[in-house]
Amino acid sequence: MERLTPEPAAAVVPKAPGRWQLATVTAITVETPTVKSFTLALPIWMPHLPGQHYDVRLTAPDGYQAQRSYSIASSPLREGEIELTIDRLDDGEVSPYFHDVVEVGDRIEVRGPFAAYFVWTGEEPTLLLGGGSGVVPLMAMLRHKRLTAPSLEMRLIYSVRLASDVIYAAELAAGDETQLTYTRVPPPGWEGHTGRVDAAMIAASGVDPARGAAFACGSHGFVETSSRLLLEAGFAPERIKTERYGPTG
Amino acid sequence: MSEFFSRGFGGRRRPPEGKADRIPPGQYYEAGFPVLTAGPTPQVDTGSWSFRVDGVVGAARSWSWEEFQALPFEEVPCDIHCVTKWSKLDTSFRGVSVDTLLEGAEPLGDYAMAFSYGGYTTNLPLEDLTDGKAWVVTEWEGEPLPVEHGGPARLLVPHLYFWKSAKWVAGLRLMDHDEPGFWESNGYHMHGDPWREERYWND
Repeated sequence: MERLTPEPAAAVVPKAPGRWQLATVTAITVETPTVKSFTLALPIWMPHLPGQHYDVRLTAPDGYQAQRSYSIASSPLREGEIELTIDRLDDGEVSPYFHDVVEVGDRIEVRGPFAAYFVWTGEEPTLLLGGGSGVVPLMAMLRHKRLTAPSLEMRLIYSVRLASDVIYAAELAAGDETQLTYTRVPPPGWEGHTGRVDAAMIAASGVDPARGAAFACGSHGFVETSSRLLLEAGFAPERIKTERYGPTG
Repeated sequence: MSEFFSRGFGGRRRPPEGKADRIPPGQYYEAGFPVLTAGPTPQVDTGSWSFRVDGVVGAARSWSWEEFQALPFEEVPCDIHCVTKWSKLDTSFRGVSVDTLLEGAEPLGDYAMAFSYGGYTTNLPLEDLTDGKAWVVTEWEGEPLPVEHGGPARLLVPHLYFWKSAKWVAGLRLMDHDEPGFWESNGYHMHGDPWREERYWND
């Protein structure tokens, strides 16, 4: 059908955030047995703040659609693309699709970046607390810190069940920011922390609670415990930012 | 963007038979009740709890927990829709209608800011709070409202995205102009109608 109104000029086409666009999958990295990272090339790219998310929309041939939000794992210095790290939830419909179906070259409808609360804007010192796949938005912060201000004081406390659950293992091991704890089975010979995050781990991070900002992301239980420990350590409530992941509470 | 479909996608979380028309666009059916909160969960003791109506009103009002319990309670069966994409159908809360709370307060503005213990705020036009569309609830499905879901009391505005239903609510401040609350200052829509998919600023 012919257009009844003239094509909008390029200048008035709205920029992201907000506009759905078709991204192309350019790389897939297997992070753990249940976690993969997907690099998406975006026709309309804009820099995000570390901690922000994109919405993803899948459409079935009969028109049924499913949307989910995924945190960006990459630094905004990676122009033209974003990396989304996705944990496979067996009873989900979007994450199994990414894991079982999506290949390099596939197109995925996305829009973003969104939300400006759980974002790192250069606060120092900063303590990051991640539980499981809750490390993803924190990784965007850590990566961006490494690229822009490597000497800035940022620490990551990362809680996983087993050694095979560690996402970004090699990349984290390349720096000295991370304190890992294993809640179920530590790797052979492990002499570091085991069990849940506790006050001693927060103290060992060396981040001064009187000056520090903290970001905690993970399951509801992980975030509740982390924020209680942070408050008890002396972090100001307004400098504790949280994001809760997970299907039900 | 109607032509595009996702190669190999069938959809596995379709709503139960006959309920599809109650799921707004972009939402999925969720049987549980996920918890989403920005920041630590505030612990609010009913002994020191109060609910206030203030701002541009003829007469500011305030209730202690005991006084609040003496107000007329209503059962509120509803569906709720979270901007993080889940919708929960056929749930119920119990609480006091905002109409009751505004009686005698003489609102002089068309907007309100709900404010909470812990510092959360969210803005709403008065017309979304009145005429039986909003409540301050203290029970969920027959039990006291759990603290992680906003207990002892939360605002309930089921026709808007659930971030408007402020947890740990402490009052409503009437305003003569609209003003963004917490999420509305952080990229989320000023109004938040799930049926119009008013999720983010540009929607």
